Amino acid sequence: MLKAVILIGGPQKGTRFRPLSFEVPKPLFPVAGVPMLQHHIEACAKVPNMKEILLIGFYQPNEELNRFLFNAQQEFKISIRYLQEYAALGTGGGIYHFRDQIVSGSPDAFYVLNADVCSAFPLAEMLSFQKEHGEPNSFVILGTTANRKQSMNYGCIVENETTKEVLHYVEKPSTFVSDIINCGIYLFTPEIFQHIGAVFQKNQQDMLLYPYDGEEPTNGWHRAEAIRLEQDIFTALAGQDKLYVYKTLSFWSQIKSAGSAIYASRLYLNQYHTTHPERLASIKEGGPKISGNVYIHPTANIDPTAMLGPNVSIGTGVTIGAGVRVRESIILHGATLQDHCCVLNSIVGWDSTIGKWARVEGTPSDPNPNDPFAKIDSETLFREGKLTPSITILGCNVTIPSEVIILNSIVLPHKDLNRSFKNQIIL
Amino acid sequence: MKALILVGGYGTRLRPLTLSVPKPLVDFCNKPILLHQLEALVKAGVDHVILAVSYMSELLEREMRVQEERLGIRISLSHEKEPLGTAGPLALARELLNIDNEPFFVLNSDVICDFPFKDLLQFHSNHGKEGTIVVTRVEEPSKYGVVVFEADSGRIHRFVEKPQVFVSNKINAGIYIFNPSMLSRIQLRPTSIEKEIFPVMAEEGQLYTMELQGFWMDIGQPKDFLTGMCMYLQSLRQHAPERLRTGPGFLGNVLVDPTAQIGENCTIGPNVTIGAGVVVEDGVRIKRCTVMKGARVRSHSWLESCIVGWSSSVGQWVRMENVTVLGEDVIVNDELYLNGANVLPHKSINESVPEPRIIM
Ligand SMILES: Nc1nc2c(ncn2[C@@H]2O[C@H](COP(=O)(O)OP(=O)(O)OP(=O)(O)O)[C@@H](O)[C@H]2O)c(=O)[nH]1
Ligand SMILES: Nc1nc2c(ncn2[C@@H]2O[C@H](COP(=O)(O)OP(=O)(O)OP(=O)(O)O)[C@@H](O)[C@H]2O)c(=O)[nH]1
Ligand SMILES: [Mg+2]
Ligand SMILES: [Mg+2]
Repeated sequence: MLKAVILIGGPQKGTRFRPLSFEVPKPLFPVAGVPMLQHHIEACAKVPNMKEILLIGFYQPNEELNRFLFNAQQEFKISIRYLQEYAALGTGGGIYHFRDQIVSGSPDAFYVLNADVCSAFPLAEMLSFQKEHGEPNSFVILGTTANRKQSMNYGCIVENETTKEVLHYVEKPSTFVSDIINCGIYLFTPEIFQHIGAVFQKNQQDMLLYPYDGEEPTNGWHRAEAIRLEQDIFTALAGQDKLYVYKTLSFWSQIKSAGSAIYASRLYLNQYHTTHPERLASIKEGGPKISGNVYIHPTANIDPTAMLGPNVSIGTGVTIGAGVRVRESIILHGATLQDHCCVLNSIVGWDSTIGKWARVEGTPSDPNPNDPFAKIDSETLFREGKLTPSITILGCNVTIPSEVIILNSIVLPHKDLNRSFKNQIIL
Repeated sequence: MKALILVGGYGTRLRPLTLSVPKPLVDFCNKPILLHQLEALVKAGVDHVILAVSYMSELLEREMRVQEERLGIRISLSHEKEPLGTAGPLALARELLNIDNEPFFVLNSDVICDFPFKDLLQFHSNHGKEGTIVVTRVEEPSKYGVVVFEADSGRIHRFVEKPQVFVSNKINAGIYIFNPSMLSRIQLRPTSIEKEIFPVMAEEGQLYTMELQGFWMDIGQPKDFLTGMCMYLQSLRQHAPERLRTGPGFLGNVLVDPTAQIGENCTIGPNVTIGAGVVVEDGVRIKRCTVMKGARVRSHSWLESCIVGWSSSVGQWVRMENVTVLGEDVIVNDELYLNGANVLPHKSINESVPEPRIIM
């Protein structure tokens, strides 16, 4: 029997996803028309013998998360529960804290998935890979190849090329170590808790030896329990004949910035051809013109003279007027795009309105298309004091008047703009 | 009566349009700039027009033969071997201008206004001196050379280049009338009429001004070309409103050639000129633009303060603004944004131009 854990973080995380993470927990932000997490859950539910999916995070229980869990249980006919950490326990601390819940029912193995990744999730392949190794209790990290420069923004893995054993692991090194990077998707056996437990014990002892280490934000338990899988566990396990890397050639990306959500949407929409052809809009009599991969929620109201795609996702209750053009964008629920407006490389927030002939345009931060191993850069907003050209993001309930242009800008929620803006953050 | 039009310069500031045709043949409000002047001169009784040109232009010669026929007048081209400035050309054309004792008109080729030739002749005959220059009022005189004159008579005292303190708000409008006797003041060499001839005439009490009523614009550069278009259309609204297009989808003053096609759900205007054979597809928004002969604007595009050159094509969902000028036969591909782009003829644009720049 198998289980899966998805690490969903909490409200203090996902700052690079602002202003969109003000409205909805980042893991529920729609990517290719469905909440980011749903792609993980679909992939987990497909694995034979999957009995339960646990979401671990430090969000307060909230209506949106509850509704999502309820709907997902219904749809996938599998137990899906949310386990709340009392504080941010890190990527290893949360699973250790809830180890009893994870091992109950005696799963042979369980997956751990970061919520903020987009992937083909080759979970069954990881399992067969694990079985191929003589060592039955080995742990598997999903790896992928990056280019030299970008690899240093990730966890880097040095493998034994024949056995695939992880010989060395380092998180975000400052010099080049390896172009194999950690995808944030793992397969563990319950034995992992012995290793995390050892770190926990050691942390406790350290605390007795050094009871005060500067500012102490929470209680001692928290300090001992806050454990990072990457730095605290993988680094130690490397070279111990315990940790293996399964390298995938299938698509993978992090979803850190809002710009990467558009890129991730493109990857998932493309995958829909095999997994969910029904989610891809097709050209129909009386329907809008479609170019490439487009997701349209059935409740959206779209004028037949509009032209959508490629890589467009249209949410519930969206209204799209005559002669509207949308490309490489995400339109969130309740938004209205009035006649002849043009939306390119942008995210249009919930219930926002774009006036006639307005142009809302951003600059994509797509990976270099000529480098097969390039990843999306989720760099800082500013470079040399200037806002780097990015996708345009309209927060929730923003109004854009007719005929203006909003270029490479981020508009915080509930703004009524009255003119054009370029390369600005509009508070 | 005779008139001399100075059409000598290269019109560099009106590029890229003047890379395709000489400036006098650039369409302004659906008619070559020069024709606005020729027609007004003919109306005032001029039957011989001399074009002072410093470059050879077959196109201009051919067009002038056509206009001679059409207007029933004589049009001479006076070629300079080297550019003679704004006065030298009068000396070169001395033979043509000096055949009788009648006064003659002189004008710069790129000014647009309600040409007051009849009044000018009248005023000039009344004061009986050698020359009269038309002046027009401007808001910011410090940018120009101003004319200081006696309010009652119009007699000019002096000229002041770019005055730092206010002395006058009237500037030379580039429209003159002279008695042939003034030709003796000019020698056959490059000379500036404004700097070298007028001050002397004024000193001698031989130069008067007549103030222009109504609009005036030097349309020698794109920004001013568009401003001049707005003024011209407003003047049409007052004097010939039937020539302007009205009805659903048209706002303010819009001039549309009858052979142009306008699609559905467009909003055109205010201040738009659309030339012959132009096709504007559905759902297009245009304001404060000139779209020249044979151009096409594809559906759902948005244009403000642009000049779309002859036979150019603007794609779907394009946004163009901020004095974007497309030369002849330019193609702007779909969904692009052009901000203050200056595009040379026969270019195909595949990338947005977010900041003003020249596209070679
Ligand atoms: N439950 C829980 N999840 C966490 C915690 N910290 C991070 N996560 C989740 O774990 C995944 C990886 O998060 P990080 O380690 O912060 O991110 P990263 O991929 O290393 O990238 P950086 O943010 O650049 O460090 C994300 O899905 C987070 O939401 C935590 O304290 N508790
Ligand atoms: N015949 C003749 N006309 C001239 C000469 N220089 C200027 N002009 C004309 O005098 C008028 C005023 O000149 P400018 O305003 O400088 O215009 P331009 O030289 O045509 O155009 P730019 O190249 O943009 O300066 C215009 O009608 C010109 O055509 C010249 O050397 N010979
Ligand atoms: Mg991390
Ligand atoms: Mg000049």
